[in-house]
Amino acid sequence: MKSDLQKIHTQNLDLFYGDTQALKDVSISLEEKKVTAFIGPSGCGKSTFLKTLNRMNDLVDNVKISGKVFLDNLNIYEKYDIVELRKRVGMVFQKPNPFPMSIYDNIAYGPRVHGIKSKSILNEIVEKSLKNAALWDEVKDRLKQNALGLSGGQQQRLCIARVLAVEPEVVLMDEPTSALDPLSTLKIEDLINELKKNYTIIIVTHNMQQAGRISDKTAFFLLGEIVEYGSTDKIFSVPEDKRTEDYITGRFG
Amino acid sequence: MQLNITKDMLNKKNLKKIGKKVFEKIVENIFLLFACISVICVALIIFYIFTKGSPAIFKIGLGHFLFGTKWAPTQGIYGILPMIVGSIYGTIGAVIVGTTIGLFTAIFMAEISPPWMVKIFRPAIQLLAGIPSVIYGFFGLLVIVPIIHKFYGGGGNSLLAVIIILSIMILPTLISISEISLRSVPKEYKEGSLALGATHIQTIFKVMIPAAKSGILTSIVLAAGRAMGETMAVILVAGNSPIMPTSLISRVRTLTANVAFEMSYASGLHREALFATGVVLFIFIMILNIVLNFIIKKAGASVK
Ligand SMILES: Nc1ncnc2c1ncn2[C@@H]1O[C@H](COP(=O)(O)OP(=O)(O)OP(=O)(O)O)[C@@H](O)[C@H]1O
Ligand SMILES: [Mg+2]
Repeated sequence: MKSDLQKIHTQNLDLFYGDTQALKDVSISLEEKKVTAFIGPSGCGKSTFLKTLNRMNDLVDNVKISGKVFLDNLNIYEKYDIVELRKRVGMVFQKPNPFPMSIYDNIAYGPRVHGIKSKSILNEIVEKSLKNAALWDEVKDRLKQNALGLSGGQQQRLCIARVLAVEPEVVLMDEPTSALDPLSTLKIEDLINELKKNYTIIIVTHNMQQAGRISDKTAFFLLGEIVEYGSTDKIFSVPEDKRTEDYITGRFG
Repeated sequence: MQLNITKDMLNKKNLKKIGKKVFEKIVENIFLLFACISVICVALIIFYIFTKGSPAIFKIGLGHFLFGTKWAPTQGIYGILPMIVGSIYGTIGAVIVGTTIGLFTAIFMAEISPPWMVKIFRPAIQLLAGIPSVIYGFFGLLVIVPIIHKFYGGGGNSLLAVIIILSIMILPTLISISEISLRSVPKEYKEGSLALGATHIQTIFKVMIPAAKSGILTSIVLAAGRAMGETMAVILVAGNSPIMPTSLISRVRTLTANVAFEMSYASGLHREALFATGVVLFIFIMILNIVLNFIIKKAGASVK
């Protein structure tokens, strides 16, 4: 099960919201510097699972989690500094959520809360992150303007840049393009292809073509369980499980 | 009466359409009429205060009136600077103390406290808002004034007592509006910040408070208005000497106290000077309202 490539792996992860079980015995190994896509029908626990990986579920009342989640072989639910964890495992949300402040301050926010004060270092980080998120050319002349004035696609790339600014190792993305037009979506997909050279990327998507285009591996979720997990090529061409096939071919709700 | 007529008209089928239109118009006009009442009241108040108050200002002289440091009606000397200063000091002091306490309370209630605690805090704060100001005055007189006297001497009636009482009185305004505006900060901002590795406290101070800024500022301006206009509670604890306050334990008189205190027996120019004091108070309140509108407008613009 363990390999040198694995960045995150989970063992027998169960998660309950109150009495309803949202994740059942999830064990999976996610590879370093690859794009892994999670697919599955609505409500099957994709977002829930994604959020266990940077402990964003801790914000929800009444959550019970058992099982183990390892980041580089350390269990993040045991004596793990949550600030450190979220610095290493960044997250991009479904709806672009830039802070209501300037573009510059949005990017500098993460580095600042982690203690970087030097103006010149911050300038460097802002420029580098925006370049990595393929947004620099569009905004370099208006860094002081409010980020809410950007288009949806630009806002989402800003959010990606904001995550990159804290230099994470893993980037979680929960349907990052579902609120965007096709052109912005393509830009973000290109960006993901570029980013996977340096980052481990885990993305939830409802868009089968998107999963096919950008991911190396795909996991199919159903009712809180992983039904099938393997290389994207294989899942989309010769799925082993009937349910996976039904879902991918659109015969499934 | 008018409503009955329109009902009859509605009953007649052939006139139904026209009747409906007429009915709509009448109702619209009823709304207009009621809406006008408040505007008319404001206009009348402004008109009377200014016509009654401004002659005194000309007789005394604007400079002597506003910047005179002596108020001695028996000698015909009417300088209200001590009262202006008293009102401003009292208001600023109360806003500083009240905002500090109020903002922390609001943050606590919106973000930190468990829900059961909010269930205790909220009614308590609502009750605080409902207490009549004369009761606050009592409390000040019986509790705060003696404590100040014990520690600093001088009787205890003082600017400090005014600030303390006003701070308490404006807390409900500050807390409830600030809490609402903190709660209405989109939760996406909070999640975004936490997901970047910011702590809860960093998130509150660096994202949530800035995002709730206009609501918080609004609460501060409204609170300042309340503090500036408060009369009864202030009279009971201020000492009311019309002298320039020199320290926190100086006796003070506010603009409101000046009017309320002497109106019952004043006559002639003295009486007019009290109206003029009202004009000055009114102008201060108007300035606060302009500031408030400015804040609201700016907040509206930044949302767009
Ligand atoms: N905060 C919560 N409290 C209670 N139940 C929740 C909460 N969040 C999610 N759930 C439930 O957990 C299950 C999994 O939800 P989740 O959001 O992970 O699904 P999803 O696969 O991301 O769906 P979608 O594709 O629609 O985003 C659902 O049944 C959902 O109703
Ligand atoms: Mg989801």
